[in-house]
Amino acid sequence: MSYSFVRNSLERMVPSEIPGMGRFHPYAGAYARLDGSFVWTPKALPKKVPAPSANKIANNLREAIERSGLQNGQTISFHHHLRNGDAVVGLVLAELEKMGFRDLTLAPSSLGDAHDCVADAIRKGVVTKLNTSGVRGEVGKVISSGLLDTPVIIRSHGGRARAIEEGSLKIDVAFIAAPACDRLGNMTGSMGKAACGSMGYAMIDARYASHVIVVTDNLVEYPLSPRISIPQYLVDQIVVVDSIGDPAKIATGATRITRDPVQLRIAELAFNLIQSAGYIKDNCSFQTGGGGPSLAVARYVREYMKEHSIRGSYCIGGITGYMADMLKEGLFRVLFDVQSFDAAVTSSLAQNPHHIETDASWYANPFNKGCLVNDLDVVILAALDVDIDFNVDVLTGHDGVLRGASGGHCDTAAGAKLTVVTIPSMRNGVPSIRSRVQTVVTPGETVDVIVTERGIAINPRRQDLLESARNARLPVKDIAQLKTEIEKITGVPEEIHFADELVGVVEYRDGTLIDSIWKIR
Amino acid sequence: MLQNCAIYGSDGVLLDLEDSISMAEKDAARKLVRHALLSLDFGNVERIVRINGRGTPYFEADLAEIVPARPDAIRLPKVDSADDIIVLDRLISQLEVEYKIEPGSIGIQAMLETARSIINVNDIAAASPRLVGLTLGGQDLAADLGIKATKSGLELMYAKSAVIIAAKAFGLHAFDTVYTDIDDLEGLKEQAEMSVALGFSGKAAIHPSQIHVINAAFTPTEKEIAKAVRIAKAAREAAKEGLGVIALDGKMIDTPVVAQAERIIELAALAGVEVSDL
Repeated sequence: MSYSFVRNSLERMVPSEIPGMGRFHPYAGAYARLDGSFVWTPKALPKKVPAPSANKIANNLREAIERSGLQNGQTISFHHHLRNGDAVVGLVLAELEKMGFRDLTLAPSSLGDAHDCVADAIRKGVVTKLNTSGVRGEVGKVISSGLLDTPVIIRSHGGRARAIEEGSLKIDVAFIAAPACDRLGNMTGSMGKAACGSMGYAMIDARYASHVIVVTDNLVEYPLSPRISIPQYLVDQIVVVDSIGDPAKIATGATRITRDPVQLRIAELAFNLIQSAGYIKDNCSFQTGGGGPSLAVARYVREYMKEHSIRGSYCIGGITGYMADMLKEGLFRVLFDVQSFDAAVTSSLAQNPHHIETDASWYANPFNKGCLVNDLDVVILAALDVDIDFNVDVLTGHDGVLRGASGGHCDTAAGAKLTVVTIPSMRNGVPSIRSRVQTVVTPGETVDVIVTERGIAINPRRQDLLESARNARLPVKDIAQLKTEIEKITGVPEEIHFADELVGVVEYRDGTLIDSIWKIR
Repeated sequence: MLQNCAIYGSDGVLLDLEDSISMAEKDAARKLVRHALLSLDFGNVERIVRINGRGTPYFEADLAEIVPARPDAIRLPKVDSADDIIVLDRLISQLEVEYKIEPGSIGIQAMLETARSIINVNDIAAASPRLVGLTLGGQDLAADLGIKATKSGLELMYAKSAVIIAAKAFGLHAFDTVYTDIDDLEGLKEQAEMSVALGFSGKAAIHPSQIHVINAAFTPTEKEIAKAVRIAKAAREAAKEGLGVIALDGKMIDTPVVAQAERIIELAALAGVEVSDL
């Protein structure tokens, strides 16, 4: 297929139109649509008024799909709160295949290691279009090798909420895995053997999809209490299955602090930078993830706050048990939880009224009237690669194959007052600072600092940080100098060759295209 | 791992050819360490290589390969007597001449880990002008004594003190042995504080996560630094004015107190603490 391309403000070539998906505007700056003048007109989907029912339970998945009226060529969605333990995507795709469905658009909030089944569904033509935040394993290989005729759309979590609300991502049938659900569809993620914590991403699907099917392995007595994540009035049908997922793999957000000395060194430097810049103070707000050095940074922050009797305001994002402990200790007043990284938080979410379940729009949609990330003080993010313009790639592996997730990366970076990207200077001997990242997910203008174990690079836009870090005698280096130092050890890797064939686009949170993804040669 | 060893905030790195390397890997390790010394940038971090003991078949081969790569110092384990150091000094000197390395530029750290070494410690400390430091091998010494090394290290107190006193008497550093439980940072902190109290100049870490705990223990507190700065200033002013007696806040200050204050300022500077208004 041929596309007409335009150059966006980061000098990246992006298509101006994708047949079947409509026109796209090129990225024009992180805040180009946020000056208060941009107008969006949501397009609502038709919804059928169901006859009142005292029991929404379908006999089986097949019956529920038949009753939903799903047609070939329509769009189905899933959430990824069950992480690598999810069994529902595979269950539903297998049933759809058996029923002879073709040409579906799959629009999950993200895909992970449990979803090689999606690659099968693509090969068999059950799924022919894909919208997601992330991909791993086989799915990444399938996309990068050009098996999909229509380019995949990668969206951030905030961007997906925006796209659903504005109607550019129309969900015909949402399949929502629920760790606990009653007969009329009240559900929660904080109870049950497959408890996953927050259902923040699924909330948006439930609200906007034409038809909502809940898939649960834990039908509880009506009414579900004490917590309801998604209420019954959004639910059409319920299907009870043996298992929605493997609890052991749902709790995969590393709850143990890394022992890897490189990660610890990065964490120490990141903490020192944040502290020296004066961000750890009363009423501060933080976001940090579960993997890599993130928890180790949280540990430094925790110790520092305790030592200096500092009481923060709130933490947001992917919430870990570690942060639930900080809430319990009174170091923060509130946790806003859009996605829980480990099962340790389910009791906190269920029992602590200050641990607040938050939907994806509230979390990060740039077009609503004030998402959480807009007020965030500090976010600590990971990356696969960065470049000397501070652009960040969280999608492309060193072999050029898609293997990451956009997540809330660009959303939080755009919102936070201080955006810190932590990254080991090299992985398996390949340097992490490039002249130009393969795929821009988060633009450099929203990234303030890159911390490696070999030094800290500060965006020249932030002279204030440069000064505070130098005063604290932190190892600040010009990013190009840091790159050269690393390459002295690793050498300069050979460029990956891509074919001239578009296999995906990366949509920035505001709906513009920030980069293109190319077929691997 | 090697390319990262200099980034964690230690003052020196010890590249080991001895106990952590199995017999089958000795040759490969020696080549790897030599290559690291020649090619990696260690910045300000001192590079020390622990070679195999004089009684092993690797001793001379280690030196022949490592000395030309110009480490800052050679650490000799299982030192029993002054003779071990004298032999090592002679071999290093020969290699320095052969490879046109500035004579005497490569230091020696002596590792004492037998009962005999403790009774010979004073002779060992005086054995060579190359000596820069003495260190205790806690595990081996305990084994030699037929005792069990404990976390508190009380059983090695005499040996530690003997090493420290000999080191101070001959102007050498005294380095404390490692704390082997890498999960117990609290225990490490206690032991490191004891090291400072006893007079060690430093302590070895066996894992990078231990470094900041040790550094913290060896860094004087702000209060100590402030007091030391006031004493040092008073001493300097007294010297400038040619006064024999130093006074601060109406009290006389003895020379040893001034020396201690200077030591605290030196430790603070070593730890990277900014000591201003001096």
